[in-house]
Amino acid sequence: MSGKPFTRRSLSALPGYLLLGFWSLLVLIPLWVMVVNSFKVSLDIFRDPFGLPVTVSTAGYEALLAGGSFLTYFFNSLLITTVSIAGILVIASAAAYGLANWTSRASRYLLLVFLAGLMIPIRIASINLLGLVKDLGLMDSLWGLFPIYVAMGLPMGVFVLTEFIKAVPKEILNAARIDGAGSVKIFVQIVLPLTRPALATVAIFNLVNLWNDLWFPLIIIRSDDQRTLMLGVTRLFGQYQTDWNKVLAVLTTASIPIILLYLVLSKQFIQGLTAGAVKE
Amino acid sequence: MATSRKSLETERNLAWLVWILPALLVYLVFMAWPLLNSLRLSFYTGSGFQLDNFIGFDNYRRLFGGGEESNRFYGAFGNTFIFFAIHMLVQNSLGLAFALLLSRKDLKGRALFRTIIFIPATLAIIVTGFLWKLLLNPQWGPLNLILGQVGLGDWALPWLGEHNLALPVISLVSSWQWVGIPTMIFLAALNGISEDYFEAAQIDGATGWQVLGRIKLPLLLPIMSVVAILTFTGNFNAFDVVFAMAGPNGPPGYATDILGTYFYRTGIAGQHPVGIPDMGLGAAVSSVTFVVLLVGVLSMQYLGRDRDAEAQKKAAQK
Repeated sequence: MSGKPFTRRSLSALPGYLLLGFWSLLVLIPLWVMVVNSFKVSLDIFRDPFGLPVTVSTAGYEALLAGGSFLTYFFNSLLITTVSIAGILVIASAAAYGLANWTSRASRYLLLVFLAGLMIPIRIASINLLGLVKDLGLMDSLWGLFPIYVAMGLPMGVFVLTEFIKAVPKEILNAARIDGAGSVKIFVQIVLPLTRPALATVAIFNLVNLWNDLWFPLIIIRSDDQRTLMLGVTRLFGQYQTDWNKVLAVLTTASIPIILLYLVLSKQFIQGLTAGAVKE
Repeated sequence: MATSRKSLETERNLAWLVWILPALLVYLVFMAWPLLNSLRLSFYTGSGFQLDNFIGFDNYRRLFGGGEESNRFYGAFGNTFIFFAIHMLVQNSLGLAFALLLSRKDLKGRALFRTIIFIPATLAIIVTGFLWKLLLNPQWGPLNLILGQVGLGDWALPWLGEHNLALPVISLVSSWQWVGIPTMIFLAALNGISEDYFEAAQIDGATGWQVLGRIKLPLLLPIMSVVAILTFTGNFNAFDVVFAMAGPNGPPGYATDILGTYFYRTGIAGQHPVGIPDMGLGAAVSSVTFVVLLVGVLSMQYLGRDRDAEAQKKAAQK
């Protein structure tokens, strides 16, 4: 702790604490209002939206479960998110392994091709993607999202994993090669285990992006039993709009899983969600 | 001997291509090709998915040539720019301020503040939008309730109902959500600055403000262009937050209509209340967005790079 920069003493810390404290309240109060009021009866919400419930009511949550659709939405999102992330991890790590080992100029160009996808949002291609999904017979199906989600996750996945695999010490790989291990064996037994932190970064980035995506379900899916959670949330929000404890129960249930996961893994979340920018 | 070794190497090289192929295939079929094909389709018209009638630049004439449709487009374009500018101004300045504070090692509760600032970035945009729509509700919303209780009842406005207010309010809500991203990027860059600079400044007797203005900010310039690019691509592509807080028609009176909602109405869902989408026109809208993004990103990258290269050249000359 020697050689501390002196700035800490020359600039007063008080305005900084005020700004950070004010902002923390601005973040926490809305979330508090969302969670606490989902357990109140409507009259209490309007009387005092900030306090603890006078009588705890789980009517909002009961209505959600009784409706049935909500569980379907939740399960659909869980399914498509998990399967898409698995797909992304498998083909992005394989590609990264190839790109990191293939020492030709073509390999560098290919990496650039993937990187271009980081800058261009795939939504711009929506018109044509719709046609493509239709031709595959996946219109109005949860699975219509799958190829799009995998393509969406690839640029960031390939980029992060290639950088990471390139940093694996060559000695380890050469030793395995001398022992007669083929490239598949090296990939599965050595590279993948060493790449776990990067795989986690990629998985979290896509978990947040795909779980929270509204656009593609909105343009592809119509049927109620195919809806993802966020598409379902838009339906329920419209339906319950005046019924605040129900609406807030919907919003709370839709967001709490990710928030809790974030609180446990905040370092990995921050790394994952800012990873696209670190390449400069 | 030499040739056989070379051919062996080429063979091994091509084997690596096999590993890349699945990713490349998915990427080309579901990202690159649809993007390029959307550019092509912007020169066609037809009904529904059947875009088989080549019409040259007619779709673009509808967007740029004046008239009701074109006014909507210009309006959406201008609103998108305002939306982006507010993010640059509010979200990124706040992010920079937060990062400068959080990089001070004597600040108590750094980890806690960092965690809190980033929470909204993990929420779905649609959840953020709906939540704030409720909070800002003119009749029942907690915000106006507080304002009334502390004697500022006159300030309790219909936040999303007023023509000049709705777009800035939505932009601020979106900045609230995403401020954690620039904060963390700036923070990582600040933590990467060598202690040597600060020690040298200390020996020279520099004040805190001088260290900020002459060391920290200049060294952050390259990363500022990265943040600007991210903000730009993120916001010219926005849709969800307006969809949640105002709806797909950009009310009141198209005041919150941005390129994303305009694209959704013309190309995907159809204009209310008729509801027949014009996919050729939609393709034209997304093509314009693509060109704007491309030109914007490349020029910002150029500006960011240029400074870097110049600085390096100067350093090399010395």
